Amino acid sequence: MNNFDSYRRKFLTIVAGTAGAVATLNVAPNLLLREAQAKPADEAITDAKRWGLLIDVNKLEDGGDACIEACKKEHGWGDDPKSNQAQDAQWVRKVKVTEKSTGNSFSLPVMCQHCETAPCVDVCPTGASMKRADGIVQVNKHICIGCRYCMMACPYKARSFVHETLIDQRPNSPRGKGTVESCNLCAQRVDAGKNPACVDAAPQAIVFGDLNDPKSAISQALTQNETTQIRADLNLNTGVRYQGI
Amino acid sequence: MSVSLKTSYSELENNGIGFWGIFSFFGLLLIGGVAAFNYMHHHGHYVTGMNNQIVWGIPHVFAIFLIVAASGAANIATIGTVFNKQTYQPLGRLSLLLAASLLIGGLLVLLLDLGSIGHVIEMAKGALNFQSIFAWNMILYSGFVTIIIVYLWTMMDRTKTAKSFYKPLGKINFIWRFILTMGTGSIFGVLLARQYYDVFVMGPLFIAASYMLGTAIYSLLLVTTFKLSQRDLGDVIIKRLRYSLPLFIVAVLVFELVRHLINIFVTEHHGIEPHILTSNSFSKLFWFGQILIGSVLPLFLLWSGYFKNNTVALVSSSILIIVGAFIQLYVIIIGGQSYPLVLFQNADISSSFADGVFNTYSGTLPEYLLGLGGIGLTFCMVLIGIKIFRMLPTSLAD
Repeated sequence: MNNFDSYRRKFLTIVAGTAGAVATLNVAPNLLLREAQAKPADEAITDAKRWGLLIDVNKLEDGGDACIEACKKEHGWGDDPKSNQAQDAQWVRKVKVTEKSTGNSFSLPVMCQHCETAPCVDVCPTGASMKRADGIVQVNKHICIGCRYCMMACPYKARSFVHETLIDQRPNSPRGKGTVESCNLCAQRVDAGKNPACVDAAPQAIVFGDLNDPKSAISQALTQNETTQIRADLNLNTGVRYQGI
Repeated sequence: MSVSLKTSYSELENNGIGFWGIFSFFGLLLIGGVAAFNYMHHHGHYVTGMNNQIVWGIPHVFAIFLIVAASGAANIATIGTVFNKQTYQPLGRLSLLLAASLLIGGLLVLLLDLGSIGHVIEMAKGALNFQSIFAWNMILYSGFVTIIIVYLWTMMDRTKTAKSFYKPLGKINFIWRFILTMGTGSIFGVLLARQYYDVFVMGPLFIAASYMLGTAIYSLLLVTTFKLSQRDLGDVIIKRLRYSLPLFIVAVLVFELVRHLINIFVTEHHGIEPHILTSNSFSKLFWFGQILIGSVLPLFLLWSGYFKNNTVALVSSSILIIVGAFIQLYVIIIGGQSYPLVLFQNADISSSFADGVFNTYSGTLPEYLLGLGGIGLTFCMVLIGIKIFRMLPTSLAD
């Protein structure tokens, strides 16, 4: 046996050994832990309801500043110490729109639009970007790998990536370094029977409710008023609607 | 039967400063990449130039560059097998080794840039969304490496069983590559609100680019390793590579033309074309980098009768093509993201979240090191491969 044959045998042995070890590590937890997985927290949620927001821009005197502050307080974003301004998370922001032809302008809060056919859900490789049965689009941070494909796909630029380790997080809304996050309609509050924080901050301008229920305040308002979806041309059937734009 | 039976192969015997110098160079790149990953992983992505506007940066340019090149590099082997071109058959082993190494290098860069790499284990546990082209690509990429290993076995094992799988594996590899590169291009093709990407032609463009880039890298590797081991490289091979490269360059140019024309004719995409083609930052890269350096100059070097059978011209044009293809991907990935999303038609928008403005990006050192680490890993694998296995024909003299 020449030297090369000997090197080759050793090399192949090492490669095969490493591959075997990696395969065992990958498969074993799958076999051993699957039975022990906890019951999903969202198991009781059904598609009987579809939550939505109607924002009347004319009644938002501050353009949504109060809503944004309430959201920051609820979820603890907006002041990540090491991130620069372009890296800092913004779950909702105030967008100023100026029409080119007339010069008329107005401001509105823009956040996740909770699309029925959400592009972020389609592109996510792990299923972390998901839509609950009740229409709330959110990120399962336990399986988000931080690939940011959903950020590329979102037509509303509604998502942020956490660029650093975070401390002092809100117990009801944990955030995680290296994962993507966005407005989740305050799912933790909705599940407890409350309104999203932004709605309570601007009750005169925002209606929250069940889009599937024709008698709900939001459904009534949608039938009685002219309302708009941002980028309606994309046919995403958003859960967030606007009035007065 | 294939020529590979008649061709004799041997390991790279060269133990001189040339081999170890090159190996050390790529080894250092690999170490730099590992250090950069460690740094970025420890601190988080705030130490990079990436942000919530440009979410994919330089690491993605390197990763997609390597993955696209991988598919093209395997083309040399499939031409030999599927189309029975005997001249190409002795080149097959190196072609597959290079392809697998490029793919692994690219995938590792992609993987190490993830925000939460630890969560990847969830995918092994079944967290896969088959609506996502990304999830499909994971399967396509790992399948590609597996196919290459089996395909290499059919080339290298002398038993009849192995040889009987040679042709079928070549065909599977050929089809698999086609789907794989289409899948890589489609990552961009399905982004409906991104003006620069929402064009079906991204898939075919990536296929053409893979042939061009893969062949260029292969040519460079072939000439270098043959020079290093003082083996004969005949004019026939040089001529084949010289003739095929321009075809691929022209194919890429045609698809680029179609893509830009579609964007110009589709009203809603009007804004993006001036941004890429006439604004200062990206237009210089596009016209000087991709078109002049990456296409026109190599076409001249490859087509000009003056450089007939000239290895230097082949090497130079390969280097230019590689540089051009990298710039092309930079313009596609970074340039495409730099254009703001249109939330409202016929209106100017502004916000604290960079709405309505052209986004800027400059990659930081760790990002470049991570990307270069992928190249380091690729060529460390190639060099180890040709040192340990009989990958290189002892001679390719005419």
